[in-house]
Amino acid sequence: MTAEHAVPPLLAMRGIAKSFPGVRALDGVDLEVAPGEIHALLGENGAGKSTLLKILAGAQSPDSGTITFDGRDVTLANPHAAQALGIVTIYQEFTLAPDMSIAENVFIGREPGRGPFVDWSKMAAETHALIRRIGLERSPMTLVRDLSVAEQQMVEIARALSMHSRLIVMDEPTSALSLSEVEKLYRIVRQLRAEGLSIIFVTHRLEEVMDICDRYTVLRDGRNVGAGRVAEITIDGIIRLMVGREVNALYGHREAGEPGPVALAVEGLTRLRTAQDPHATELRDVSLHVRRGEILGIAGLVGAGRTETARAIFGADGFDSGRVIVDGEPVTIRTPRDAIRHGIGLVPEDRKLQALFLTQAIRTNMSVAALDLINRFGLFVDERKERGMVEEYRKLLNIRMASADQAVGNLSGGNQQKVVLARWLALRPKVLIVDEPTRGIDVGAKVEVHNLLFEMARSGIAVIAISSELPEVLSVADRIVTMREGRVTGEMPREGATQEKLMALMTLGSAAKAA
Amino acid sequence: MTDVRRETSSAEAGVDLFGFLARFAPLIFLIVLMAVFAVMEPRFLSSINLFNVMRQVSITGLLAIGMTFVILTAGIDLSVGSLLAFAGLVAAAVAKGGLQDRFTVGEGGVGYGWELAALAAIMVGVLGGLLQGLAITRLKVPPFVVTLGGMSVFRGAALLFAAGGPISGFQPDFTWWGQGKIGPVPVPVIIFLGAAVLAHIALRYMRYGRQVYAVGGNPEAARLSGLNVNRVICSVYVIMGFFAGLGAFVLSARLNSAEAVAGTGYELTVIASVVIGGTSLFGGVGSIFGTVIGSFLIGVLLNGLVLMNVSSYIQQIIIGVIIVLAVAFDTFAKSRRRRA
Repeated sequence: MTAEHAVPPLLAMRGIAKSFPGVRALDGVDLEVAPGEIHALLGENGAGKSTLLKILAGAQSPDSGTITFDGRDVTLANPHAAQALGIVTIYQEFTLAPDMSIAENVFIGREPGRGPFVDWSKMAAETHALIRRIGLERSPMTLVRDLSVAEQQMVEIARALSMHSRLIVMDEPTSALSLSEVEKLYRIVRQLRAEGLSIIFVTHRLEEVMDICDRYTVLRDGRNVGAGRVAEITIDGIIRLMVGREVNALYGHREAGEPGPVALAVEGLTRLRTAQDPHATELRDVSLHVRRGEILGIAGLVGAGRTETARAIFGADGFDSGRVIVDGEPVTIRTPRDAIRHGIGLVPEDRKLQALFLTQAIRTNMSVAALDLINRFGLFVDERKERGMVEEYRKLLNIRMASADQAVGNLSGGNQQKVVLARWLALRPKVLIVDEPTRGIDVGAKVEVHNLLFEMARSGIAVIAISSELPEVLSVADRIVTMREGRVTGEMPREGATQEKLMALMTLGSAAKAA
Repeated sequence: MTDVRRETSSAEAGVDLFGFLARFAPLIFLIVLMAVFAVMEPRFLSSINLFNVMRQVSITGLLAIGMTFVILTAGIDLSVGSLLAFAGLVAAAVAKGGLQDRFTVGEGGVGYGWELAALAAIMVGVLGGLLQGLAITRLKVPPFVVTLGGMSVFRGAALLFAAGGPISGFQPDFTWWGQGKIGPVPVPVIIFLGAAVLAHIALRYMRYGRQVYAVGGNPEAARLSGLNVNRVICSVYVIMGFFAGLGAFVLSARLNSAEAVAGTGYELTVIASVVIGGTSLFGGVGSIFGTVIGSFLIGVLLNGLVLMNVSSYIQQIIIGVIIVLAVAFDTFAKSRRRRA
């Protein structure tokens, strides 16, 4: 390994840039993977990892930049082209057909045949050889449905091997595995490395990088911020690279007043995976509370259980055990209706899919949960009050819109989010949970939304703010709870919290470090 | 800030022109079609013919009002024709006081009044709709499948109930609801337009209407806004059943007869009326006004073709093509809305 420059890289991506409307996802990124190495691709949510992987899989094409594979310049015009070169991506959500056998899944679309007929015995024999090679002790005819998550992942790997792949990209391969299964995956990955394959390993668990990876590349805000040998860096060093940016000067703090009594408490909230949904994020014994007039931030990476906690509290998804206490009284919340009745509101993480009626007017979007308050005889919508409500919140939240009858889908992301916030404010909630309140909206609107959260807290609402962006959590919250893999891993007041401390709690999962 | 400007300008220019066209296309098409028929066949514009068209439209139009509620929730009801036949037979049996005396014309005098007959038809419709709504929401079977089953179940029930034969010969105060006139206007037309006005008020001005649009527009967002999505979905099938029952009563009165094969193929005409009227099969977009226009459009088209001696087989082909084109337009409009 000393003669690094003697061995030309298997993959070299150089100066890769990619923009989406309003976002520069990648801004001249380089990625170099040597033959026979396990390469960690690291970065916070939104750093640009996913976009880079999609380009590598041929699912998206870069705006500029070059890709060299095995010494030749290549264009990955479509997923087929990438696979033909031997670049195979295994996604976090598997792409297997559950009601087909292992063999059918391994060779799906490429079944060995005799004329128009599938050569079943050849397919079974080849599958048998492939899965034994990576240690899966199953019959090739077993249905994928009957396999564990770890075994399904092995089928994905077998499929990649069957395509004679030379570079396997694994996106969060360990997120759904138990500890012993992770060990087994390590063995397989090391074996593949020994056979000369290269592996790109995307993970949020930094211990894993130390355990198994040879080199790393860290992205932040669509740029390279570091690359090198894992042996020459520490976990703390990686964390510093990942969060390195200064807290945006635009983000302001607020002078938190004296918080009031506990408005909402959650005790021992637990939700386990079911056979139907083996990839669901579990919640294990989540306990937290928020006071009136306080903003509680929840930080964690994707899959940490932040959103699941919010949805469980709000009655959007069920949970197995635990209890929710509002104003000191245990309450039963089975549906969002129940939660609303107890004064809890939720601004969900995906505005367009979970909150808005995009083809419908701003007016109806804003009033949908408040029709109990603006009606005549309980039956008719009081449109005068409704328009008054829209006008009130248009001024209060500074919503830029042409008229109350405009379709909400025509507004910008920031203004759409304000409409959703107005929907809940109109109900005068005790507790408002905001999940990724500024996702996909521009910086100016972000600041406005933050100020709105401050305003809400000042008026006595207990606010829970969930965000993937650490600077946002640090700027908005009075107190921060971190989560990892469905558990609460730490809690600290904003004073004294830093991105590094939070990132350590989000990725290492031991409260000891920050305490 | 630049964002806002760009959006409003695009909203004013392209999107609104398209929106305008999408909204009034059915009405414009209706006027053009009537003009064409008027030129080609002078009899078309006679008041007798026009009222005739309206009377023919009124039965499927009543069903289309109910279907608008269903389709607004992104549902579908294929059972309307069968449910109408079954409800019509029950109403007829009530009017005749049983099944013994089914062919006596005119003054039988043993049965119950039209009031009970109408009530019976509507009850059958409402119960049929409720059963299907519960199957959709409780058993989680897609509406297409539930109502395809319902189509067969209610037709079978109708055949069983009537033992295959028609029931005919009602009191004049019964048949008045189908054959009578107020001034020059046929009674079924008044019922249809009156029902349309009420349905329009319900959808446009009542809380219930808001819930229907919300559930159709985005069921997950509706649920997270505290709406009882299952109850709303169930209710639209009950409303559909109500209109199937009402339609059954008016049809029996107009024909002075009820039979088990009544309403065969109505589902296609009714769905076509709603979709042509601009209601989206994807849910959340549409109006009763559009459905009324759509119903007249189909009625005028069929009437014009009859006047021009076009074979009824060709009429079927035309209806089929129109429904596919209308949905293709809807899909196109939806992708436009997405982009907007």
